[in-house]
Amino acid sequence: MSSQKEIELILARQLASYLAMPIFIVDPRGNLIYYNEPAEIILGHRFEETGEMPVEEWSTLFQPTDENGKPLTAEVLPLMVALTQHAPDHREMWIEGLDGVRRFIEVTAFPLDGRAERYLGALAIFWENKG
Amino acid sequence: MKVTLWGTRGSLASPGPETARYGGNTSCVEVRGNDGTVLVLDAGTGIRRLGLSLPGSLRRVNILLTHLHMDHIQGLGFFPALRNPKAEVHIWGPASTTLNLRSRLTRYLSPPLFPVHLRDLACKLVLHEVPGDDFDIGEFHISSALVCHPDPTVGYRIEAPDATLTYLPDHEPALGAQNFPLSADWTSGYKLAAGSDLLIHDAQFTEDEYRTRMGWGHSSLKHAFEFAALAGVKSFIPFHHDPSHTDEALDDLIKDSVHLAHPGFAVIPGIEGATFEPG
Repeated sequence: MSSQKEIELILARQLASYLAMPIFIVDPRGNLIYYNEPAEIILGHRFEETGEMPVEEWSTLFQPTDENGKPLTAEVLPLMVALTQHAPDHREMWIEGLDGVRRFIEVTAFPLDGRAERYLGALAIFWENKG
Repeated sequence: MKVTLWGTRGSLASPGPETARYGGNTSCVEVRGNDGTVLVLDAGTGIRRLGLSLPGSLRRVNILLTHLHMDHIQGLGFFPALRNPKAEVHIWGPASTTLNLRSRLTRYLSPPLFPVHLRDLACKLVLHEVPGDDFDIGEFHISSALVCHPDPTVGYRIEAPDATLTYLPDHEPALGAQNFPLSADWTSGYKLAAGSDLLIHDAQFTEDEYRTRMGWGHSSLKHAFEFAALAGVKSFIPFHHDPSHTDEALDDLIKDSVHLAHPGFAVIPGIEGATFEPG
């Protein structure tokens, strides 16, 4: 049998596909398994083009930095904090998408716990801070 | 494996002359192994006649509930084995996030909805919660997984030496999918159904009905056919017929769906009382 995502992840993707907020979903290993159309604008790539991405790839793809321009490692990104520490996380950061545009964004991430103690991964919502 | 449909109607028992052929009883399917193992898939009103057909000497019955909506458990209290002190009845079904399976079943099997408490049933009752690890019952190897339907709901994949059956009576894999079907790995129920010899699947609505009932947890015939094609099944039984669909309407709906889909699998109308030997 081929693999199939857990139902909670399928429903999360379906919800994300209808929301106007950029959303990332990662599996328990940190692989980026889905990002929605608003996230495509920030990343500068379509999900249909890139498909799933390992953490080493997606975490550097948009070149996250702090307010001083210092690169952020994958470990401190909210999505990875949610994943590894099993706790919600939020932070501001600068990113540069594949379209070359530098953006100031805020990210909130939280772990996805399924029924019967099934750990499914994490979800991040991020949006451009134009304030 | 021998499969008998004892109840094929969805949502509400719908007896009457206009539903006499497809049947008015709600979901219940018997799966009998070559070794004599008996599985009962759901306990809708169809389980009453199934119970009458079983020999009184049968000592163990296995009931696999997909979920606890009323049309899938209403017949439970009228299943004779539950009142037989010599019988061992095993029930598999989903817990919720806050209630275990026993507590959830007790909500129905207790006054005022039913006069007898679950704890007062005469049989030896053993409850098992799903989904979890695969399990074996007699010659059957069984997988369960949560699927897209309101409230905790599972589907079952039942593998026997001679055939594989997938049972997804209440399932809306097209919910929220803007271009259904999506890829297999993003489709609810796919893993359970992939390559099955026989798929029994929700096909409650017409396309027009689905448009106004999206999110109710059921499929249109079109979506059910598309799901069966994606899963690559050998044969497909449209199931969980809407209470408002008469025998004539169901004949037409299935005929039209076959005409439109040109399926590469056999389509067997879900008629109460029908028996199959898939494989």
